[in-house]
Amino acid sequence: MNATERVSVLVPAGMLGAGFAEATVERGLALGADVIAVDGGSTDSGAHYLGSSTSKSTAGAVARDLRSLIKAAARADIPLIIGSCGTSGTDDGVDWVADIAARVMAEEGLDLPVARIYAEQQAGTLEEMLGAGRVHPLPPLGELQVGTLESCAHIVAMMGHEPIAAALEELGEAGTGARVVLAGRATDTALAAALPLMRGMPAGPTWHAAKIVECGGQCTTNPRAGGVFVTIDHHGFTIEPLDPESACTPISVAAHMLYETVDPFQMREPDGTLDVREATYVALDERTVRVEGSRFHTAEQYTVKLEGARVAGFETMSFTAIRDPLILADIDAWADLLRTTLTQWVTDKLALSEDEYAFDIRLYGHNAVLDDLEPATAPPREVGVMLLVNAVDQATATAVAKVANPLMLHLPTPRMDYLPSLAFATSPAEVERGPAFEFVLNHVVDTTPLEMFRIERRAGGS
Amino acid sequence: MNGPEPGVAAGPGAGAGPVTIGDLALEVRSKNAGPFWVTMELFMRGADGYALVADPSFLDEYVVAGLYRVDPGTVQMFRIPSLNVVKISFPRPVTQGSLRDRDMHAGQHHVPLARLPVPSRGEHP
Repeated sequence: MNATERVSVLVPAGMLGAGFAEATVERGLALGADVIAVDGGSTDSGAHYLGSSTSKSTAGAVARDLRSLIKAAARADIPLIIGSCGTSGTDDGVDWVADIAARVMAEEGLDLPVARIYAEQQAGTLEEMLGAGRVHPLPPLGELQVGTLESCAHIVAMMGHEPIAAALEELGEAGTGARVVLAGRATDTALAAALPLMRGMPAGPTWHAAKIVECGGQCTTNPRAGGVFVTIDHHGFTIEPLDPESACTPISVAAHMLYETVDPFQMREPDGTLDVREATYVALDERTVRVEGSRFHTAEQYTVKLEGARVAGFETMSFTAIRDPLILADIDAWADLLRTTLTQWVTDKLALSEDEYAFDIRLYGHNAVLDDLEPATAPPREVGVMLLVNAVDQATATAVAKVANPLMLHLPTPRMDYLPSLAFATSPAEVERGPAFEFVLNHVVDTTPLEMFRIERRAGGS
Repeated sequence: MNGPEPGVAAGPGAGAGPVTIGDLALEVRSKNAGPFWVTMELFMRGADGYALVADPSFLDEYVVAGLYRVDPGTVQMFRIPSLNVVKISFPRPVTQGSLRDRDMHAGQHHVPLARLPVPSRGEHP
């Protein structure tokens, strides 16, 4: 096997902790994987995980997947790369996954070299970069304000493939030997792209392949069936699912460029832009697809994207339900009365001004999801009423929700002359949700590939 | 707040009423594209359905902006005949996870688009 002719990447799942069939990893090793790459995070589930620096996946689920992948990497003598550790890729997230990996290795009698790559950023350092004109907004956000940086609970930068490649090199000869790279926040594609680029595969096919495999089986005909196997060479790439019952088709592969992207033809990475406008997708057999014609345009300026989350108040939720058709026939008037009465009662009973709290009333079963974009007009059979209160602190949010409690139990419609009793779902009705986080950064920094990331090598069992 | 939406039929859904984009599609879906954008795809059943929704005299940035109450200048559309797909992206009007965000992954916002009635054959809007 000539390592410089092609590089094969095994992606066992779209996310570490999602779980996968052991047999699919075996199959990937049998096909000759050169590296295992898996994403450990995402911003999809909201700013909570970055703001609180906690993982969406449980430690148990991460340990289960890590055990399988570390053993596979050790047996096949290939590297394992995990990106955006701990969901958001904060320093805590990297250390959290590293601790789990160390425990798993100790239990398995393994001692693979481990590199941690930290991606968390200090507001002060970024303020200097902002002052030097090195920070630029991405649409739809505007110019960054210093106060915004200081308000963030956590800020991470999304690394490209270079810090991962540097970590692999630091741990051993390029591309040989088992070792584990635990990266903080990274682009989804950098994980699968790192080793192929190190071994001289062309950037166009490499980045395109890395984008197609970033969600595991999402590019196959059965997204729930697990991972994918991609081989990149000097002319293109070839992709197949790891589950023998599933298939990659030209449509399923091409369509993945649509998934969660604004622009399906061009995608910016830190060092340039992937361009798939000329790409061709050809079925080699009923489950394998060949892609050629992908291009990569290197950018004049290397940029790294920032993500930041800050506390946007504290929330308390309350939930009741309505089945009485007399109320449901007039549900919008009922909700309007709830809004005006609650606002008045909060003024009277708590003496809060309107800038000290806010609430949202959602009528599940009626128009909660689309609100005023809802096109349907038929009366609902039953409605769940969610009250979500946001205030400067938890106690205030809960106080507002408790003022609402008798209304959510007994409020009539404007036309009723008696008090109905509605169906609370739980007791107590109020649930304290803690701090609410919001994403506030969508900006890039003019930088170099390694400037904003720190690589630490530690022994596996430590 | 529940007045008729521009371009959306007030009649019942599938079965009765006018033929909609959703009736002619394999799938109409929406999803967040990062925290600040939403993106939607119309996967049409064939070239005929594609030709209908890819026709800017039926579906363009202004129609999308009307359905979702956003600035037409922020709407991006991609017409992909090889996949029989029209893809639409625009900034999320409500920030992900904020108090007013009722759809964290923006995964249910395809419905107003899917319910859009298509022009009947031979008729030009």
